[in-house]
Amino acid sequence: MKKEVMQTERQALPFAMEKKPLWLRMWKERWLYLFLLPGVLYFAIFKYLPMGGVAMAFQNYQPYLGFLQSEWVGFAHFERFFGEPQFWMLLRNTLYIAFLDVLVFFPLTIVLSMLLNEVRREWFKRSIQTFVYVPHFLSWVVVVGITYLFLEGENGVINVLLTSLGREPVAFLTSEDWFRPLIIMQMIWKDAGWGTIIFLAALSGVSPVLYESAKMDGANRFRQLWHITLPSIKSVIVILLILRLGNFLDLGFEQIFLMLNALNREVGEVFDTYVYVVGMRQGQFSYSAAVGLFKSLVGLVLVMGANQLAKKFGEEGLY
Amino acid sequence: MTNNSFLGRLFDGCNYVFLTLLGIATLLPFVYVVVSSFSNSTDLIPTSFSFDAYAYIFSTATFPRSMLVSVYITIVGTAIHLVLASLMAYALSHTALPGRSIIMLLVVFTMIFNGGMIPTYFVVEGVGLTDTLWALMIPNALSAFNLIILKSFFQSIPNELKESAKMDGAHEIRVLTQIVLPLSLPALAALGLFHAVGLWNQYFNAILYINDSSKWPVQVLLRQVVILSQGAVGESGGEVASDSVMLSQGIKMAVIVVSIVPIMLVYPFLQKHFAKGVLLGSVKG
Repeated sequence: MKKEVMQTERQALPFAMEKKPLWLRMWKERWLYLFLLPGVLYFAIFKYLPMGGVAMAFQNYQPYLGFLQSEWVGFAHFERFFGEPQFWMLLRNTLYIAFLDVLVFFPLTIVLSMLLNEVRREWFKRSIQTFVYVPHFLSWVVVVGITYLFLEGENGVINVLLTSLGREPVAFLTSEDWFRPLIIMQMIWKDAGWGTIIFLAALSGVSPVLYESAKMDGANRFRQLWHITLPSIKSVIVILLILRLGNFLDLGFEQIFLMLNALNREVGEVFDTYVYVVGMRQGQFSYSAAVGLFKSLVGLVLVMGANQLAKKFGEEGLY
Repeated sequence: MTNNSFLGRLFDGCNYVFLTLLGIATLLPFVYVVVSSFSNSTDLIPTSFSFDAYAYIFSTATFPRSMLVSVYITIVGTAIHLVLASLMAYALSHTALPGRSIIMLLVVFTMIFNGGMIPTYFVVEGVGLTDTLWALMIPNALSAFNLIILKSFFQSIPNELKESAKMDGAHEIRVLTQIVLPLSLPALAALGLFHAVGLWNQYFNAILYINDSSKWPVQVLLRQVVILSQGAVGESGGEVASDSVMLSQGIKMAVIVVSIVPIMLVYPFLQKHFAKGVLLGSVKG
């Protein structure tokens, strides 16, 4: 009998500690709250205040009047945007470049990781990795700058080469036909190597036993790739794909901004560059904030949609 | 996984050849830019050797100054990032902290939604950062992603270690600076280096927030010299085209080379740390 009482007491003890009033528990951790303060202030000011600022998309925002005094116009800016012929051009260009990213760049990183994973000589693998990671750390200005040095007008290396071979120089940088291929080529050069890192980590986690038994069953290299390697990294592929879709519409903004000029605008202008030109250069703050908000919402819908789809196919998804 | 069938060996051979070519193709543009920056000839294949281009760019007023600006914002900005991130990640690594999950949720939400360029611009302007170098360091001082990585790294440090220090009367500050931070050096190094590279490479924030050309970081100057001076059609407006139209290819290449030297200097360290520091954190989630 006594034993039982003691036991309940012992169980009750930690429970009682949990039950301390909230303010007491918070007071005990006051230093931790002090630690949190700068970071929380940062997120409040530079992340959440701008989220509140999207209200200007529903106003005729005048900086000297502020939010409270500016006139509210409801969805007028959105209606104007959807009516503009530019809307379709922007949507088409943005989706086109984003799809190039997901359908060309993304599968390439997977293929590259699997090829690297097949290499048995560690030193070889590591030196190739060292080389292909480097461009990731260069700025877009440098990447676009190198592109210009190679492809520009008549002085670019490639065109000097072409003319010395008796061919006509090609206007790579000012042609609509070359814009998208150049964009995707730059993406691949800069980030394809870098994109392999997480896949390689996932691949190194695949149990060798699986390969052994597949070999026993007479599977050749390609069947092993198809039946073991790919399924093993499927969940990583799905998660990275969702994350990429999340940035879907943010992708390569600096890159595109730097590659744009008057002659390729028709195929190159995307939501973000349009927001910059209309908002910062022409000063139509509310209108371009509306465009920006539309873009963010499309992005949000895409992530959530992709996540739902992933769950439907029996994957974990992001949340 | 060695497979000695003929097809298997053929695949291996092709794979090695392909990857070697890929490595060369990645490096080739670099090598070409570096080599021709040391040549003042206009030939396709550089034949002469000179430091003229480098002598020229360091004799200008603008280039050394913008390098200094970039060095400054990279060092100070990285320090700010590491201090803020460590403090916040340390507090959030205490799972029993009341309110922790709400803050985490609010932080993670910033990964999928943001106010966009124009509202953010008004906030940065509103707090008086425009046209100061702070505008290049503060608005991106923290990211949800880095915070989560650091937090999970801190959480992987055995709790007993922190508890026993507290038993001995150590203050939270002491636990953080003398126990948690020293044990998290790989993560701090990795995140710090990544953030530093981001600061060094940032270009668009400078275009957006800095009008005063004496405060331009090197990336903005780089664009003026290498891209705008090429006679690209119609890129007019906000930024003044510099008087660099006449610059030779060699000088442009030299500017690129100098601007990536700092990156190449830290690259070996990045290489060493990112696998350890970042993958550990991100894979664990």
